[in-house]
Amino acid sequence: MSLFKYSSPATFYPLAGKLWPWFAGLAGVLTLAGSYLAFFVAPTDFQQGDVYRILYIHVPLAVMGMFIYLIMAGYGVMALTLNTRLSSMMMEALAPTGALFTALALWTGSLWGRPTWGTYWVWDARITSTLLLLFLYVGYIALTQAIDDKKRADKAGALLVIVSSINVPIIYFSVKWWNTLHQGSSVSLAGNSIASPAMRWALLAMTFACWMYSIAMALVRVRAIIVERERGAAWLMKGGGE
Amino acid sequence: MHWADFFYMGGRGFYVWGSFGVFTVAIAAEIVLLRLRVRRAANYAHQAHE
Repeated sequence: MSLFKYSSPATFYPLAGKLWPWFAGLAGVLTLAGSYLAFFVAPTDFQQGDVYRILYIHVPLAVMGMFIYLIMAGYGVMALTLNTRLSSMMMEALAPTGALFTALALWTGSLWGRPTWGTYWVWDARITSTLLLLFLYVGYIALTQAIDDKKRADKAGALLVIVSSINVPIIYFSVKWWNTLHQGSSVSLAGNSIASPAMRWALLAMTFACWMYSIAMALVRVRAIIVERERGAAWLMKGGGE
Repeated sequence: MHWADFFYMGGRGFYVWGSFGVFTVAIAAEIVLLRLRVRRAANYAHQAHE
């Protein structure tokens, strides 16, 4: 019982309402701290100059773009096996933020690549597979919107995301499997990287900021989705949940 | 450090602020759009109630 208690939209709705301001607040504080570190504490890179500061948002956006897709795939598995309505709603709630992050990762990467590599775009394995990830997000949104029967739309969307989530490890390992222009991590969080502690803390703060932001947005969006879908349900009519 | 130097970003201001600027605008847009969606959903629920 306790495990499944919050898988019901009626019980999750008020919980999400209580939780999202905390995640939003954390995201705000971490963004301020991360931006301060990224611009005023972290030193200028001796090779790249100041343009490397783009990586403080590029890397977190790219990482979260991939991570959100895996979380969606996890919810997809739950939706298909346990038949929980909330899982499909969470997938729908996460997709727009994941798509936005992936698009912004491509945008910021492009603006970083021009002065660093001399080109805005190159069809290398990592960049192409990240573009594919963006298309998959858009494809999921389009597919679930196009099918009128919500149950069928949920199933089709879950199946699409589960199968295509194979693209995420492909993105991740692409820099090792193929000879790509895109380098491996240069500002690694592991101890053996060349980065200074300020660089690492800035990157860590921005990554957690994007994470907390994604959770806050998903919680708010899932509440809207619950109201949209459960219109007329008795618990909502009673002004329930609040 | 002077503010002019800060915005100049060692001659890479266009790329740095082009990245952070679009990022900020996009996030703000997502928040505004979601607020509109929440308000619209609340109106639906209200109508269904009547």
